[in-house]
Amino acid sequence: MRHLLSTADLSREDALSILDTAEEMSGVSAREVKKLPTLRGRTVVNLFFEDSTRTRISFEAAAKRLSADVMNFSAKGSSVSKGESLKDTVQTLEAIGADAVVMRHWASGAAAQLAASDWTDCAVVNAGDGTHEHPTQALLDALTLRRRWHAAHHGPDQSPRGTDLSGMKVLIVGDILHSRVARSNIWLLNTLGAEVGLVAPATLLPVGVETWPVTVHYSFDEALAPDSAGRTPDAAMMLRVQAERMVGGGFFPTAAEYTRRWGLTDERLATLERLRLGETDCPAMLLHPGPMNRGVEVSSAAADSPLNHALDQVSHGVSVRMAVLHLLLTGADDS
Amino acid sequence: MTAPANPALLVTGARPYGEEPQDLLISEGRIAAVGTEADGQAEQLRAQGTEVETIEAEGQIALPGLVDLHTHLREPGREDAETVATGSRAAALGGFTAVHAMANSSPVADTAGVVEQVHRLGLDAGYTEVYPVGAVTVGLAGEKLAELGAMAESSAQVRMFSDDGHCVHNPVLMRRALEYVKAFDGFIAQHAQEPALTGWDTDTPAQMNEGCVSAELGLPGWPAVAEEAIIARDVLLAQHVGSRLHICHVSTQGSVEIIRWAKERDIDVTAEVTPHHLILTDELVRSYDPVYKVNPPLRTEADVHALRAGLADGTIDVIGTDHAPHPTEAKECEWSQAAMGMTGLETALSVVQMTMVETGLIDWRRVAEITSAKPAEIYRHAHQGRPLAAGEAANLILLNPEASRTVDPAQHASKGRNSPFRGMELPGQVRTTVLNGRAVVREGALV
Repeated sequence: MRHLLSTADLSREDALSILDTAEEMSGVSAREVKKLPTLRGRTVVNLFFEDSTRTRISFEAAAKRLSADVMNFSAKGSSVSKGESLKDTVQTLEAIGADAVVMRHWASGAAAQLAASDWTDCAVVNAGDGTHEHPTQALLDALTLRRRWHAAHHGPDQSPRGTDLSGMKVLIVGDILHSRVARSNIWLLNTLGAEVGLVAPATLLPVGVETWPVTVHYSFDEALAPDSAGRTPDAAMMLRVQAERMVGGGFFPTAAEYTRRWGLTDERLATLERLRLGETDCPAMLLHPGPMNRGVEVSSAAADSPLNHALDQVSHGVSVRMAVLHLLLTGADDS
Repeated sequence: MTAPANPALLVTGARPYGEEPQDLLISEGRIAAVGTEADGQAEQLRAQGTEVETIEAEGQIALPGLVDLHTHLREPGREDAETVATGSRAAALGGFTAVHAMANSSPVADTAGVVEQVHRLGLDAGYTEVYPVGAVTVGLAGEKLAELGAMAESSAQVRMFSDDGHCVHNPVLMRRALEYVKAFDGFIAQHAQEPALTGWDTDTPAQMNEGCVSAELGLPGWPAVAEEAIIARDVLLAQHVGSRLHICHVSTQGSVEIIRWAKERDIDVTAEVTPHHLILTDELVRSYDPVYKVNPPLRTEADVHALRAGLADGTIDVIGTDHAPHPTEAKECEWSQAAMGMTGLETALSVVQMTMVETGLIDWRRVAEITSAKPAEIYRHAHQGRPLAAGEAANLILLNPEASRTVDPAQHASKGRNSPFRGMELPGQVRTTVLNGRAVVREGALV
C-alpha cells in the first residue's frame, strides 16, 4: 500500500492488515505514555481544504502518538484562498519536507488526482474527498463493528485479529447520495463479508445504486423487521442529514417528515433495542459518524442510548489512523 | 505586380472516396479534370508554360475537404487558449477546409462587429475558411434575441446561430429564434441541456454522465433526460413553426431515438455527433483526469453504439468536432473546477476511420457525406462539400488510411493540449489539404 485513497480499491488483505494493526495501536492509546517512536523524524501534513476539526485532530493525535512531526495546513486563511492551485500548494509542502499528506478536500477525486500526479512523492491519505470517499471513517466503523461482533461470538478476551464481518447485517440510513462515509462503508463492509442495507428516500440515493452490492429500503421500519430468512439487522449506521439538503434542496418536504420516516425515533429505538447481534444475546449496535443532529436523524434518547457507539468510533478513529500512517510510512505489516 | 498564381496540381494515383484510382487536375481554384482527361489537360497546361506540380498519391484516399459546424477558436478574448490563426492551422492539418467558429468568445459574437472580426481573422490566416456562428441571444444569456439580421447581413453572412455552451432553454425565445431566422434562410443550432436538471447556476453543477459511474465517484450527474427533453421539445417547436433546427453534439441513445422519430415525421431537423462521443465513455472519468471533462459528458457504451448506428443509418447527419482548446491550468486542477472541453480538429477524421470505417459500419462515400457534403448543405455552402468532379471548387484532402500514429498533443498545431486521445494509437493521416485550389498541407505538414 502506497496511498490510502478509497475503500473501493482496498483489498481484503490490506483492510484486515489495517484493522489488525489498529488493534495493536489501541493498546498504545490505553497506556499511560501514549507514544510509539516509529515515525520519529517523519513529517505528516494535515492539508485541509474544508473545515473538519474532528477529523483533523484525530489524524493529529494519531501522528503524534507515532512521534511524527505534524503540520496543519488549513486552506482557509492561506494562499489557497488567494487562488493558489492544488499543484503549487502540494509542491510547496513537498519542498518543506513532508512524508505524508493527509488531505481533506471539497472536490471528489482530489486525493486520487494528487496520488496519480507527479507533483509529490508523499504518501497520500484521503481524509474525505467531496462526496466520494472517506476511507478512514469506514475503517474505524469496521473496527468498532468487528470488536463487538467478535466479542459477542467468542467472548471479550479473544483477539478479533484476522477476522472479518461475515454474517453481519448493517443498515446505513440517510443521505447516501451526498455521503462519502456511506460510499466508503458500502465497499469496505462488502469486502469484509457483511451484508449492507441502505435506507433512504429515493431522492437521497444515487441513480446507479441498483448496481451496488446492497439491498435498498425506502422504509426504515421494513428494514428493521426480520427479512425473508428471519434475520434482523445487527447495526444501524445513521448518517448526518445536512441542513442545506433540507432548506430549499427539495430532497424531502420537511425535516419533520424526514424524521418521521427515516429518523431513529424513540419508537424505532425501542425496536432496535430488541435486536441482537446474530444468534447471540448481545445487543445490536448504533453508529453515527458525528456530529449528530439530535431530533433530526436521531432522537435524544437514541443519541444517549447505550447502543450508541459514537464515542467508541472516535477513539477507534485514532487507532485506525495510527495504523494507516504506520503502514504507509514504514512499509511494515504487523499482521 | 500581381502575386504569382498558385501552380496547378496534378494528383496521381489517389482513390476518390476510397474507390478506383483516378488522377485529379486542380487549376485556378477548381477541379479541372478527373481521370485520364486530367493527365491530358496537365500536359496541355505545361505546354502553355503553366507550372503543374505533381502530387503522387498512390494508396491515398481523396475526399472532399472536411466541414466542421462546431469549432471553438476562442478569439477574441481567450487568445491564450487558441487564436483564429492557430485553430485554422489545426483545422487544415485535420483536413478541414471550412470551420464554423462558435459564438462564446469574449466579447460574445452577438453583433455584426464581432462576427466580421472573426471572419476577417480567418481570411488573414488563410489555412481554412472560417465562418463565425452568431449568438442566438445577447451575451448567450438566454434572455433577449441578439441582432440576428445584422449578423446575417454583415460581411460574414452568418446563417448559423447558436448559444452553444448554453441551451436556449426558454421555449418562447427558442420558438421566436426558429421563426426569425427564416427571413434569411438561417438555422438554429441548439445545445440541448435542460439547465435545472443539470444544476446549472447552482453550487453543484453536473460534472459527468449520471449513472453507475457517477454514483460511485460522488460527482453530480448530468442525466441523459436533460438532453433528450430539450430535443423532444425543440423538434416539436421546429415542426410547429416550420423552421430548420440543428442539434449540436448529440450524446445519448434516447436522443438518437427522438431524432429518428422526428425525421420519420419529416421535421426539418439535423443532428451532429462529436468524434469523442463515438469512442470514449464515462468509465474514463474514474481517473478523475479532467482531460475527460466535456459537455455534454462522455456517456456509456450503449450510448456510443447507438450514436454509431445513428450516424450509419442517417439519423445523425454530421460529425462536429466541438474542438474546445483550453490552457493547461484550466485542466490541471480539481475535476469540479476544471474547464469542460477537448481538442478535436487534428484527430477527428482518424476517430471516424477507427470507429465507423474500420468497424465496417460505413464506407468512405458515407464519410464524405457526414464530414463534408451534409454539413456544407446544412449551411448552404455552394463551394464546400462538393463532389470530387470536374468543375467543382477544389476543396479536398488526400488521406493515407494505412498510416498510424500515437497522439501527442504537444505536436498539435492547436494551442490546446487537452486531447483525450493522448497516447492512443489512431489510424490514418491527412497528407494533403487543398483549399480553393491551393495546397495548405503537404506531406502531412503545413505549407
